[in-house]
Amino acid sequence: MATETAPAPVVEKKKEPLFSKKNIRTLRDPLDDNNPITVQVLGICSALAVTVQVKPALIMALGVIFVAAFSNLIISLLRHSIPTRVRIIVQLIVIATLVTIVDQVLKAYMFDVSKKLSVFVGLIITNCIVMGRLEAFALGNKPWPSFLDGIGNGVGYGIILVVVAVFRELFGSGTLLGYQVIPQWAYNMGYVNNGLMMLPPAALFIIGLYIWAQRSWNKKLVNVS
Amino acid sequence: MKFLEDFFNKTRPHFQKGGKFERWYPAFEALETFAFTPPLTTHDGVHVRDSIDLKRTMFTVIVAMIPTLLFGMWNVGYQHYQAYGMEMSHLDYFMFGFWKVLPIIVVSYAAGLGVEFLFSVLRGHSVSEGYLVSGLLIPLTMPVTVPLWMVALGAIFCTLIGKEIFGGTGMNFMNPALLARAFLFFAFPAYMSGDIWTDLSPEAGHAIVDGYSGATNLVTFDENFRNLPSPADMFWGFEQGSIGETSVAACLIGALILVGTGVGSWRIMLSCVLGALFMGYLFNLLAPASMPNHAMHTPGYYHLLMGSFAFGTVYMATDPVSAAHTEKGKWFYGFFIGALTVILRVFNPAYPEAVMLSILLMNVFAPVIDHLVVEQHIKSRLKKSKLSRA
Repeated sequence: MATETAPAPVVEKKKEPLFSKKNIRTLRDPLDDNNPITVQVLGICSALAVTVQVKPALIMALGVIFVAAFSNLIISLLRHSIPTRVRIIVQLIVIATLVTIVDQVLKAYMFDVSKKLSVFVGLIITNCIVMGRLEAFALGNKPWPSFLDGIGNGVGYGIILVVVAVFRELFGSGTLLGYQVIPQWAYNMGYVNNGLMMLPPAALFIIGLYIWAQRSWNKKLVNVS
Repeated sequence: MKFLEDFFNKTRPHFQKGGKFERWYPAFEALETFAFTPPLTTHDGVHVRDSIDLKRTMFTVIVAMIPTLLFGMWNVGYQHYQAYGMEMSHLDYFMFGFWKVLPIIVVSYAAGLGVEFLFSVLRGHSVSEGYLVSGLLIPLTMPVTVPLWMVALGAIFCTLIGKEIFGGTGMNFMNPALLARAFLFFAFPAYMSGDIWTDLSPEAGHAIVDGYSGATNLVTFDENFRNLPSPADMFWGFEQGSIGETSVAACLIGALILVGTGVGSWRIMLSCVLGALFMGYLFNLLAPASMPNHAMHTPGYYHLLMGSFAFGTVYMATDPVSAAHTEKGKWFYGFFIGALTVILRVFNPAYPEAVMLSILLMNVFAPVIDHLVVEQHIKSRLKKSKLSRA
């Protein structure tokens, strides 16, 4: 992933529309064809950790979208003035600042969620997806596409997180977002919540099944591995 | 048998290329080869044909499992009437167990074979016989009180995640039946451990006897090994546990069949036993004298009789697909299974079923063991050739 892309030579072209075909692709590719979790296999750690319930997964996804989008934007704006030899530390400072903002906002407005998530929010700094996008995209592209790329990758990450969390919460505790979904009569008939779903390995199983399903509907991916 | 043959001959055209049910050919083929030797001949070249094919191999394993199954059924009834303090005839014991165990077996086969047929049709590969063994192994590793839908779920998990996802029979790197059990063990701990080992359906006019405890000997073992049943009881299997695991004697008959026919590897079985004995006696030596009831004091040979050690060693560890393949590797593979089992049993009371976990762990390591053995062999051959050249 880490390519030492020198800043692209500035060639003046005629102005691109904001949502040109290319930009739309930048935004959409990470959702499916180039999904950070299921295709690039990055960010697995947090996908295992925060997906026991849907609510933390959603909040985590929003946090990553925010951090990825704005760090991409900022690094892209700075890309001509960052010396290549110290670029990693500059990226880290930008990411860390944004993560601290997310953490403080959570603490201020959603204290109980932040207590559960604070470890993982702090670890967004080391999330390979954010760093990977900075290295691979933002350092060599203009601010607007970089911003879209950040949003795309954040959403692509978030989709998987929410899908995994839906399965884990539904089968693990019979609820969704805290509301009882599996009716009481099912329990009376002998249905039991699946304890494996509460354990991290369940997320690996679900991500694996997702990859399986994804590769059977998206034939482009079959030869990737 | 003539009418069966006619039936297959008559329906075959419908399933072949261009027929009405072309898609379902794998299903047809599976049923046909199950009944008859396929009428295929090789078209080119000369091949050596052996009458031992996958189907016969699997069938031998099933035959080897019959002693444990029959004893398991009897024991289910025996434990049930024991809990109520009733003396019944052996036939009563057996029939009670038979009606309790049969549904579990039927559900396990139905669910697992259903998935297998579905995949064979979707993927166009033929149905393989691997599930015949897994489908019987799963019920044997279950407590008799397990709800049937859990058995179905375990069987589906076993075929789907354990096998089909890797490409079907022969491609799985873990023993599918054990995977099903591990899945259920972690998913529904309340139904797979604790006081659930005896069927306590009410008996009119009888109450559960005083002092009845539904724990297996592995739980007793963790509390105080001196309360274990006598070695003879543990050997013959008059104790509580999963349906097939209790009797070491029945497992030994199975082992004889497997080793005699050459289907199971005696190296793995023997090295498992050696590994467990080695660890067991090593712990005896190291056991702290100040704590006379510590589990480390358990006589080493007890580990061979307790829990499902015999069952796992004979039927699970010898699975030819997931075990180590090299002859030297099999010794290491088996030895580590035995040794790890004893370590887990003695030091980790949270997972009483240590055999299951250590076999699965060594399944994962089997390819590494094989790799090391082969590498070492290459190295020694190179050395020899250099010596002879010099």
